[in-house]
Amino acid sequence: MSAPLLEVRGLVKTFPARRDLFGRATSVVSAVDGVDFDLYEGETLGVVGESGCGKSTTARLLLHLLDATAGTIRFEGRTVGSRELPWKAFRRQVQIVFQDSYASLNPRLTVAESVAFGPRVHGVPRAEAEARAHELLARVGLEPARFAGRFPHELSGGQRQRVNIARALALQPRVLVLDEPVSALDKSVEAQVLNLLLDLKDAFRLTYLFISHDLEVVRYMSDRVLVMYLGRVAEIGPTEEIYRASRHPYTTALLASMLSMDPDRRTEAAPISGDPPNPIDPPPGCRFHTRCAFAEDVCARRAPAPTAIAPGHAVACHMSVAGSGHSRAPARAA
Amino acid sequence: MNGALLEIRGLRVTFTGGARPVRAVDGVDLALARGEVVALLGESGSGKTVTLRSVLRLHPEDRTRIEGAIRVDGVDVLSLSGEALSDFRGRVASMIFQEPMLALDPVYTLGDQIVEAILRHEQVTAREARARALRLFEHVRIPSPERRLDSYPHELSGGMRQRAMIALALACNPKLLLADEPTTALDATVQVQILLLLRELQRELGLAMVFVTHDISVAVEVADRIAVMYAGRIVEIGAVRDVIRTPRHPYTAGLLATRAHGGRLSGRRLATIPGSPPDLADLPPGCAFAPRCALAVDACRAAAPEPVEVGAGHTARCIRAERLPTPA
Repeated sequence: MSAPLLEVRGLVKTFPARRDLFGRATSVVSAVDGVDFDLYEGETLGVVGESGCGKSTTARLLLHLLDATAGTIRFEGRTVGSRELPWKAFRRQVQIVFQDSYASLNPRLTVAESVAFGPRVHGVPRAEAEARAHELLARVGLEPARFAGRFPHELSGGQRQRVNIARALALQPRVLVLDEPVSALDKSVEAQVLNLLLDLKDAFRLTYLFISHDLEVVRYMSDRVLVMYLGRVAEIGPTEEIYRASRHPYTTALLASMLSMDPDRRTEAAPISGDPPNPIDPPPGCRFHTRCAFAEDVCARRAPAPTAIAPGHAVACHMSVAGSGHSRAPARAA
Repeated sequence: MNGALLEIRGLRVTFTGGARPVRAVDGVDLALARGEVVALLGESGSGKTVTLRSVLRLHPEDRTRIEGAIRVDGVDVLSLSGEALSDFRGRVASMIFQEPMLALDPVYTLGDQIVEAILRHEQVTAREARARALRLFEHVRIPSPERRLDSYPHELSGGMRQRAMIALALACNPKLLLADEPTTALDATVQVQILLLLRELQRELGLAMVFVTHDISVAVEVADRIAVMYAGRIVEIGAVRDVIRTPRHPYTAGLLATRAHGGRLSGRRLATIPGSPPDLADLPPGCAFAPRCALAVDACRAAAPEPVEVGAGHTARCIRAERLPTPA
């Protein structure tokens, strides 16, 4: 595989959860705890996981909407946030679309003004930015003559999300981070927006980081899938390999929680019990061990490192690491 | 239906508080037998939640006009008032909500809330009520139930709160459980647990249940029958298998076809329903789905279609139902 477009290494984000009298943090939420992944040009990397797994925090760290506690991001080999690639220059390349289509638009700007706003900030002359906004609106399926002068509250949820997509494309970025882009939409509108995203990806040769809790949608959209659990990467690999032959017990349980759509094959037993633990004071060792049917002593003692088990497929589970001390681990290679 | 536990006839709900009256429910007929589960499936604005809330009369009286008839276990719900309405709520029919944090009182312990509900409806001692609360917590499988009775809602995880709310809803042995998207805010691994619990309790206690959801796969998982709502009307209703396998309303068929399912073959796009759900304050005459329907003809736009029997216990409000392809 060619060099990655985006390399994320050791990304960490902690938030103070409680403070003492003097404002010092006495306990912290470990939202993202040492996340590594690569994003390759032209692919869609899906990110799945439950609430509190850190998928949205990861997105915000990538865009520098939050300051990372630790970690590096490299774009085309250059370190982001350094003199070789300042954040502002990076942000032209990487844009984000949020779940809440209404909150992410300025209610006082018309649709065309919103789309033209970014390029104006980055120094594009007004006339040019507006012409380009009209083009983009047409491109996302909103006829400029009808929609350009409207305000966000005059649009439906699906139309607003199209505006957000147009706005994200206005700076001609190469990467779009899509954070639950269809989760707030009605099902009948969801498919329209997913199709639009696929069309735009082809037309503008984009790369997507596609975050969603909807496992069907992620399967449909993604080339590779990253599974997160309590701030860490549990498993990453090619989509069909993950969906057909997942190796992390959490991935397997998550996928088994998908409902069948078949009244003759209803779920008979829950794949795992309980809720995900609180990210304040997460369990030691493997963070999944408190809910894992295969947990052994080693799992509570040591956190498993992501280990390659096939080309492009890595798993952070002691059962997949030779010599980990887990009884199901493969024998150490000769 | 004879001996129906819940019977809704010609229900129309109009909200009159805004600039223009909005008819959120427009002629819903629905009957549930004892022990039966019906899913009300629809998108935002379809009227599914408004229908459900009407059964407990939860709409603000001064801003809502309710027409039609609702009977639960022989009780004429729309004529109830004062004490009689309070007696009805919780004892004959009770409700669980999407957000337990909003439904539970944050300043009382869970145990106190359940005990209060029991004492409100029944002549028992506080000690007996507490013992029943404990049994309820065991029943909904809350770990360390004794300790959890003394917890406040915010001290529980999302899934546990949902279990506590189910326990509260069942405290006075209702015959009808109304569930308003109770698993929508939950994570996938927790959603399955709550769906299984509800199914199990429903069977064991012989409850009838109306389950409101926007998610077809959830409806398939819990319901005996599915009623699909669009713009305030039930456009299709039938046994789960029939509705899923041979949908007879173009909207239902469209919803099933647009689901992202399985991997993507290269270049393949999802089937879509064009347009967006209608504005209830400005509905078209005739079939509300006609503007988005590939099969629509002039007659669809002229008059709202009546329910047509398309199979045993399976009806669709569509005059073009026979044009839908029958699956092989």
